[in-house]
Amino acid sequence: MAATNIEVWQEAEVTGIADVADGIKRIELAPQLPKRAEPGSHIDLKVQINAEDAKRSYSVVESSADGTTLVISVLKAPLSRGGSTYMHELAVGDRLQITQPLQNFPLRVGAKHYILLAGGVGITAMANMASVLKRLNADYTLVFAGRKRSAMAYLAQLEAEHGSRLEVHVDDEGTSLSVNELLERAGEETELYMCGPIRLMDAVRRGWAELELDPSALRYETFGNSGWYDPEEFTVRVPKLNLEVTVPQGRSMLEALEDAGADMMSDCRKGECGLCEVRITEITGRIDHRDVFYSERQKRQSSKMNCCVSRAITSQTGAKADAARTGGPAVVTIEPN
Amino acid sequence: MTEVAAKSTTTAKIMDHPLNAWYVAAWDHEVTRKPMSRTIAKRPVALYRTEDGKAVALADSCWHRLAPLSMGKTVGKDGLQCPYHGIVYNSAGRCVSMPAQETINPSATVPSFPIVERYRYVWIWMGDPTLADPELVPDMHQMSSEQWAGDGMTIAADCNYQLILDNLMDLTHEEFVHSSSIGQDELSDSEFITTHEGNKVTVTRWMHNIDAPPFWLKNMRDKFPGFEGKVDRWQIIHFEAPATITIDVGVAKAGTGAPEGDRSQGVNGFVMNTITPETDRSSHYFWAFMRNYCLDSQLITTQLRDGVHGVFGEDEAMLKAQQKAIDANPDYEFYNLNIDAGGMWVRRILDGMLAAEANQSVRA
Repeated sequence: MAATNIEVWQEAEVTGIADVADGIKRIELAPQLPKRAEPGSHIDLKVQINAEDAKRSYSVVESSADGTTLVISVLKAPLSRGGSTYMHELAVGDRLQITQPLQNFPLRVGAKHYILLAGGVGITAMANMASVLKRLNADYTLVFAGRKRSAMAYLAQLEAEHGSRLEVHVDDEGTSLSVNELLERAGEETELYMCGPIRLMDAVRRGWAELELDPSALRYETFGNSGWYDPEEFTVRVPKLNLEVTVPQGRSMLEALEDAGADMMSDCRKGECGLCEVRITEITGRIDHRDVFYSERQKRQSSKMNCCVSRAITSQTGAKADAARTGGPAVVTIEPN
Repeated sequence: MTEVAAKSTTTAKIMDHPLNAWYVAAWDHEVTRKPMSRTIAKRPVALYRTEDGKAVALADSCWHRLAPLSMGKTVGKDGLQCPYHGIVYNSAGRCVSMPAQETINPSATVPSFPIVERYRYVWIWMGDPTLADPELVPDMHQMSSEQWAGDGMTIAADCNYQLILDNLMDLTHEEFVHSSSIGQDELSDSEFITTHEGNKVTVTRWMHNIDAPPFWLKNMRDKFPGFEGKVDRWQIIHFEAPATITIDVGVAKAGTGAPEGDRSQGVNGFVMNTITPETDRSSHYFWAFMRNYCLDSQLITTQLRDGVHGVFGEDEAMLKAQQKAIDANPDYEFYNLNIDAGGMWVRRILDGMLAAEANQSVRA
C-alpha cells in the first residue's frame, strides 16, 4: 500500500476515555479530517509539557473503517518526558492537534505465517494488525507478554477475538516468554512483527540474527522512548560551543542542547536515521545506546552517539545496582556535527 | 411553461478510477529481469521478475530520495537496487541493504503492490492490499485456453479510460468509424438488449440475414473456403468491473440456428479488451483478438491481430480527438442517448465502487 507520509495536521476531539490496565488509558478521538488507519499506522500528536508544545507518536489501536474514530492507548510512564502525564490528564471534550494516520510499520499481506509479538503497552501497535490478519484468515499467532495481567491492556477483548491464536505470557504467573523458544517456531516463511520494551526487542533481534533468519522478515517499530537502563540526569559538555548542559531525566540530550542554544542537526528523533550523531571525546560513565542506527559493533565501540534517544548513565557496567553505588551524574563530552 | 425536475446526475467527462480492483499492468512477456516503469492509476510502478520468475511491482521511487527504482538493476534472488545510492529492496518492498551504514533503517520500505499473473497478463491491485482477492480478477479465460488462439497489442490511448469503455459498450460507432472493415448500416438499425447483474453488464445485438462486412467475409472464407451468401451476425458485449470488456463476435450462415445456439456454421471470435487508467487523460489499452477456429494457423493469428490493430487505430484517433475536444470545452456537458445504455450501466457500477472507496477513505 502506498505509504504516503505527509503530515496532515488537524483538530481532534476526545470522545472517550477509559482505563484499560494499570496506568494505561484508552483514548478515543474523533478527527476533523478522517482518514482510514492502515494496520501498523500511528498518529503524531501535540502535547503540552511545561507549557511548551512537544510531539509524541502513538499507535492506532483501532479505527472505524471510515477513520472517523481513532483509538490510541497511553501508558503513564513514571519516568516519561512529560507526554504521557499530559495525555493522562485529558478529559472528554478536549481538543488536540493530531496528524492523519502515518505509516512506518506496514503489514505485508500474503506471508505464509505471522508472529505478532507485543510486550506490555506494545500491544497498541499489534492489535490492529492482528484484527486484519484474522479478517484475512491468515496463519498468525499473537504473542502478548507482560509482567502481570492487570498491566496488560485489552486482554479479555483479545482473547475473545483471537481465541487459540492468542498466546499470553505473564511473568508473575511463571509463564514468561522464552525468546529462543519463540524464534525456533519461526520458519523460513514467517514474518515477525514486534513492538515492546527495548530488552525484548534486542533479544529478538539478536536471536533472529543468530538463527540466520531473513532480516527483512523481522519488522519492528521504535518510538525511541525506552532504553536498557532507566534514564538518569547527566551532563553534556561541548567544548567547541563552550557549553555545559544538564540533561534532566525527562528530556533528551538533543532537546537539552537545543534549549541551550546549540544549532543541532536531526530528523527522526527516534534513533533511526543517524542524523543527530555526535562524536564522543570523553565519557565518565557509560552510554545507553537506544538507537537502531548503530550496529552492535558500533555500540560497543561507543565513539559516537545518536543524541535524540541515547543517554549517558553513571555505571561502568551498565547494571542498575552499580549505578546507584557510583553516584553521578555521568558526564559526556562531545563534538557536534 | 412546465417545470421539470433538474437532471439528477451529471455524466462525468473525466471519470475517476476505483483503486480496489485488478488492472492489467503489463503483458506477461513485457515483465523481465530488467526492470521497467509504468504508471498505473497515476502511480509510477517498477515492474520486474525475481530469479524464480515471479512478477513484482514496487512503487517506482526509492524511499530515500525518490529516485526511480526502475532505472536500477535486479540483484540477488528477488532484489531491486536503487540506481542512485545503492539501497536494495526485496520483492516485499523492504530494504535489505543500505550500503552507507552498518544497519538498515527499519522504516525503509517502498510499497509492494499485489500481483496476479493470469490470462497472459500481469494484474496489479493499487488499492487496499488487504482486499486484493485473486478471485476478483476479471474473466478473460479465452486468452489462455486451448480452445482459443490469437494475439493482441497495447494502445497508448490519450484519453480517459471511460471514453474507451463507452466506445466498446456501444458499437453503433462501427458504422461510421470502421466503415471499411466491420461497419454496416444494420448496426444502427438493429435492436439491442442491455442487462446487468452485480459488477457485470451485457449488451446483446443480433443482425439477421445480412451481407457479411469485409472483415467477416474473409473470416468465413478462412473456415468455409469460397463462402458466399447472407449471414446472421452477433455482438455480445460483456463488461466486468472495473474496466474489462470481452466481446463475443461472429457471423454464421444465415438461418442455420446461430441465434438459437448452434454456431457450427459460423466463425466466432472474442475481442478481449482491458483498460488500465494511466492518468486522468491517458490509458493503457490492452487488447487481443481470439478465435475458436483454424487454431493452428499462425498466419490467421497474425492477419487478425494486424487487421484489428488497423480497426482500433481508427478508434484511437477518434478517442484522442474526443478527449481534446472535451478539454477544449470545459463548459459543455455530456448528453446521453438510448444507445448509451450499456455505457451508463458501466458508469453506475464505477460510481458505486468509487463511493464505497470514499467511505473507506482509501483515496488520499
